[in-house]
Amino acid sequence: MNNPISKLNKSFESRVRLGIMSILMVNESIDFKNLKEHLQVTDGNLASHLKALEKLDMILVKKQFIGRKPNTTYKVTDIGRQTFESHLKALEGLIRGK
Amino acid sequence: MTKEENQLEQLTEIREMMSRSSKFISLSGFSGIWVGSMALIGLAAIFYNYPNYFYLRYMYNNIAYPDYMMGGIELLGFLRFVIIDAALVLFFALFGAIAFTNNKSKKQGLSLWNDTAKRFLVSLMVPLIAGGAFILISMYHGLFGIAGPLTLIFYGLALFYAGRYSLIEIRYLGLLEIVLGLLAAIFVGYTAIFWGIGFGLLHIVYGVVMYFKYDRS
Repeated sequence: MNNPISKLNKSFESRVRLGIMSILMVNESIDFKNLKEHLQVTDGNLASHLKALEKLDMILVKKQFIGRKPNTTYKVTDIGRQTFESHLKALEGLIRGK
Repeated sequence: MTKEENQLEQLTEIREMMSRSSKFISLSGFSGIWVGSMALIGLAAIFYNYPNYFYLRYMYNNIAYPDYMMGGIELLGFLRFVIIDAALVLFFALFGAIAFTNNKSKKQGLSLWNDTAKRFLVSLMVPLIAGGAFILISMYHGLFGIAGPLTLIFYGLALFYAGRYSLIEIRYLGLLEIVLGLLAAIFVGYTAIFWGIGFGLLHIVYGVVMYFKYDRS
């Protein structure tokens, strides 16, 4: 019952999602291009993970135009921050508990 | 890979991603060495052309006045020389720093002009521009002697502030520049020597330290 692994959040299982969340935790907001550069993944891969996180209410998406260019920025939501923090705690607990 | 190793790796990766995405890490050690060398060359040019006015001469009761420094036409020539010299130093220093940093960021797989670089530069520029304007205003009021030390102080403040968005060593460099600027303000006739230490030597030492700590691999 008290299995520590159960505290790990399923939504952060992929490397890309962990990366997205880590970046958003320390940056107020970030756009697609810079996010892609930090994570070094393809557009499609990043977009699908972003969409998934958005659906889970972990991140907030803001679409706007800079001049005529579309620019999409991402922010972590309060829920996302809390969830990610407890996920980190669970990870640390697992390692220390060993 | 065992489960624990996997989790440890995840944590390391998270930490690295947090730092990499919030800090400007492409500033190369070579740019420090280059900038410091340019500053020393610029100072050497002044010393070579105006050895008598390099220090001490513009001291009078511990206050520096341009009138005691030298007479009208000669002063204009000296000031023009210093301004052109400083502009050239700034140009070559910036050019080299950008080139070396571009090189390093390419190696890291980052673009030179990304969000962290922007944040670093903006936080650097705000104290620098405010300080530069303040120095020009104090010169307008005839406070020439204090202008030199103030350049070091404002440069140090800018580095200390912008260092939050880069590697910690930038903040230490900033603190040292502030201390030097304060010392230069006490020994007001020796500004050129403090410039040599602050803009020349410190940059070179910083560059060498950064090179051995981060770049060499």
